[in-house]
Amino acid sequence: MSRPELQAPPEIYYGDVESKKYTNNTRVQQIQADMTYRALELLNLPEDEPQFLLDIGCGSGLSGEILDEAGYTWVGVDIAPSMLAEEVALEREVEGDLFLQDIGQGFGFRPGSFDGAISISVLQWLLNAETSHPTSSPPHRLTRFFTTLHSALRNPARAVFQFYPTSDDQVQLITSIAQKAGFGGGVVVDYPNSKRARKVYLCLFVGDGGAQVPRGLEGDEVEEAEEDKVKFEKRRQREVRRDRSGKRKDVKGKDWILKKKELYRRRGKEDVPRDSKYTGRKRKTIF
Amino acid sequence: MVRLITHNLLACHAKNCNTNNFPLQLKDVQVEQREAEFNPDFLRGFMPRIEWKALVEAAKQVGDTSLPLEQPEMLDDEFLKQLHHVLLEIHIDEGALVCPNCGHVYPIMNGIPNMLLAENEIG
Ligand SMILES: C[S@@+](CC[C@H](N)C(=O)[O-])C[C@H]1O[C@@H](n2cnc3c(N)ncnc32)[C@H](O)[C@@H]1O
Ligand SMILES: [Zn+2]
Repeated sequence: MSRPELQAPPEIYYGDVESKKYTNNTRVQQIQADMTYRALELLNLPEDEPQFLLDIGCGSGLSGEILDEAGYTWVGVDIAPSMLAEEVALEREVEGDLFLQDIGQGFGFRPGSFDGAISISVLQWLLNAETSHPTSSPPHRLTRFFTTLHSALRNPARAVFQFYPTSDDQVQLITSIAQKAGFGGGVVVDYPNSKRARKVYLCLFVGDGGAQVPRGLEGDEVEEAEEDKVKFEKRRQREVRRDRSGKRKDVKGKDWILKKKELYRRRGKEDVPRDSKYTGRKRKTIF
Repeated sequence: MVRLITHNLLACHAKNCNTNNFPLQLKDVQVEQREAEFNPDFLRGFMPRIEWKALVEAAKQVGDTSLPLEQPEMLDDEFLKQLHHVLLEIHIDEGALVCPNCGHVYPIMNGIPNMLLAENEIG
């Protein structure tokens, strides 16, 4: 079957049935969670200040749930009412403010509103035109999106997008338009040699002149995944989260992983690794 | 759910609507209060981003007059708790956001504002 973005417009593709299926699929939950952790890592937020983030194409809140857990306040936008409805159904668990919005039409957020943005599995949807109206052409929509996003972010800030390009031309088109909108940065490819684990992240900077585009992860992802389905990199040690009492906590600390696993189990996931003395311990650095 | 924290960041994004397009007016709103975790550091960090007059006005429109008319210099706990309540604990469930400039109506349903524009309104 062809990629979802080639089948129908997003708000149609993610109708009631698909939205439910997507949100309740434990494999999807896990992949989206893992990519959200990685996006947060690439976002490289300062540790000791609370942050206000934008989740672009937040869907049913699989990514937002991770933002909640990590102690961030966030706003989510999505074009599919059914996906947002799934999120509202999860209300008790997801805390972000939601908007029904087509990101290709641009944002109205005031300059400097957000400390950062993430977007998980969304950008490829902007590459497909729906009507012949000039404002529906992918370059027009991408331009509108990136320029209004750029202004909605503080300086300095980052925006990290995991997405599924199908060609180098697509990557080229997206990065060149982002650049014209004022962003620095570039593409990070994790596990480039693995068919299954390969993931593409567009890592954009506002300001932050000297910053280098982070390096992609390498090595044997599969082995690691078997060892612990909720996988973390050593650098995540540095990231912190806020617990209920308002104190900072280690994002990849043992408590947090146990909580995450508990969440997966509650949703009926079967192959959550059992807890052991290795849970949440430090791993070897990859580079 | 949309709260006053996000309302305070939101301007109209319709085509050619670039001036006097903030703050969006709250129309026929129904609100609900829901407790949120108090985080003074977050509020302190967020203060410089707030358009104070717009916040005081919006709070008044939803029936909360606890905020001082001028943004205070001293951020004591008592003030931060009021600010916390206004920004993060008042949820707008139904109603509309109306642009003071072009008059575009963004309806709010089930707590979610509909920001979609018609083809001729897209910039
Ligand atoms: C694969 S889902 C990812 C959802 C969520 N980020 C997650 O990780 O679970 C892709 C989402 O992108 C949204 N989307 C696609 N095109 C969009 C657009 N033009 N504006 C806003 N959202 C869009 C879809 O509605 C869908 O919810
Ligand atoms: Zn307007």
